[in-house]
Amino acid sequence: MKKSKLLLLCCLLAAAGAAFAQTTPEEQAMLEEEARLAAEEAALDAGAERDPTAPDPAPAYPELRPVLEEFGGREGLDRLMDTFMAGLLADERMGPFFANADQARVKRQLAEQFCVILGGDCTYSGRDMKTSHAGLGIDRADFNRLVEVLQVAMDAHDVPFSAQNKLLGKLAPMHREVVTE
Amino acid sequence: MNRRARTPARCLLALALCAPAGVALAQSGDTADGVGGKLLLTGGVTQVEGAAGGGLTPWAVIGGYGTRDQIGANAFYTRVDVDDYALDSYGVLVGFHDRVELSFSRQKFDTQAVGGALGLGNGFTFTQDTVGVKVRLFGDAVLEQDTWLPQVSVGAQYKRNDQAGVLAFVGARDDSGIDYYASATKLLLDKSLLLNGTLRLTKANQFGILGFGGDLNDDYEAQLEGSVAYLLSRNFAIGGEYRMKPDNLGIAEENDAWDVFVAWAPSKHVSLTVAYVDLGNIVIADNQRGLYASLQVGF
Repeated sequence: MKKSKLLLLCCLLAAAGAAFAQTTPEEQAMLEEEARLAAEEAALDAGAERDPTAPDPAPAYPELRPVLEEFGGREGLDRLMDTFMAGLLADERMGPFFANADQARVKRQLAEQFCVILGGDCTYSGRDMKTSHAGLGIDRADFNRLVEVLQVAMDAHDVPFSAQNKLLGKLAPMHREVVTE
Repeated sequence: MNRRARTPARCLLALALCAPAGVALAQSGDTADGVGGKLLLTGGVTQVEGAAGGGLTPWAVIGGYGTRDQIGANAFYTRVDVDDYALDSYGVLVGFHDRVELSFSRQKFDTQAVGGALGLGNGFTFTQDTVGVKVRLFGDAVLEQDTWLPQVSVGAQYKRNDQAGVLAFVGARDDSGIDYYASATKLLLDKSLLLNGTLRLTKANQFGILGFGGDLNDDYEAQLEGSVAYLLSRNFAIGGEYRMKPDNLGIAEENDAWDVFVAWAPSKHVSLTVAYVDLGNIVIADNQRGLYASLQVGF
């Protein structure tokens, strides 16, 4: 609220200043456009901040360390993400969510996240689940479809089904932050 | 002996007839939009009275693969072939927005040679129609993995039997009745285990095949039902079930039922469940055990 009020005030001041300086209508339109862009940028910045109400996106479960070994360690997770991302991009429902994303970054952060959750010596560099999925309009069917594509990828890498489910059991509650529709 | 040889063949024929439809549906692909968004097998299969669940017992899941934003539906055909009887059950169900499930099914109970021994005639058949409704109250059996809270649903099954005269003769008090039940279902993903418990209030004798209420008891009785399933892979589950039943008829002792099953879902459009089932004593025939096979097609 405070930020938007401030922005509104800026806009008003800019408009008043413009009027005072007897700017041409073209110049005035340009100034208004600049103010609008500045407001949009501010809104984006605000969205990129970590949400203090969001749960830890990568809680560590040291007891799952043996499961990480079944995934082939951090290297195994990196290989898994190549298959996973290819599957997502090829999927009718999932493709549009990832086509324009920084795929290398998404893969790296997913591997980091899974590695930390499975008790590995990794650091997660991504944002929380609420912030990173805000405004994407993800529904339950989307969420479940992503799980299915991940299951197919894990099968392709011969991750035992029980190990898959131990990871999925930790990821599943994230639907509360990810699913917004 | 001729009878024993004939029935499995009929069962296979029915499955063979249904299978092409399932395969045709499966070929439309799981990735397409509009295909139900639930995870494979998490909608359960169809229990004998038409509700989504195990083979004998309803689960708290809403049938079909529709999520909260979708509608799912399926059709099923089940054949139970025990020592002296055969039961065919078939029907459809629709799941609305993962909230409400409506089901319609018919159970045909063939008394085979026992019918003749009782003077009803060989192959005398009881037919029962069941209308079911189930409402999910709260919870998500699959996604809420950081809490013990199960998915909980309540439901009712209205059943009407077409043999009022025979039912009155064996001592049943009514040819129709309503079962009320509450089910709690939880998937323990880290153990690949699905647990279900159902509490049913019922007067039904042998699922309603022998009517409702009797000379020994004509009150609603609470019966417990339970299912355990272990997920072997995305497509395969094995498990067992137990269903308590009342014992209302003086002339026909009734026992609890149990089964052990294998369920296979090659895609969201088709599943096949095969079980070894024990229905206990039915009228004059003890230890009714045999094969249960169920095919489900849907989306």
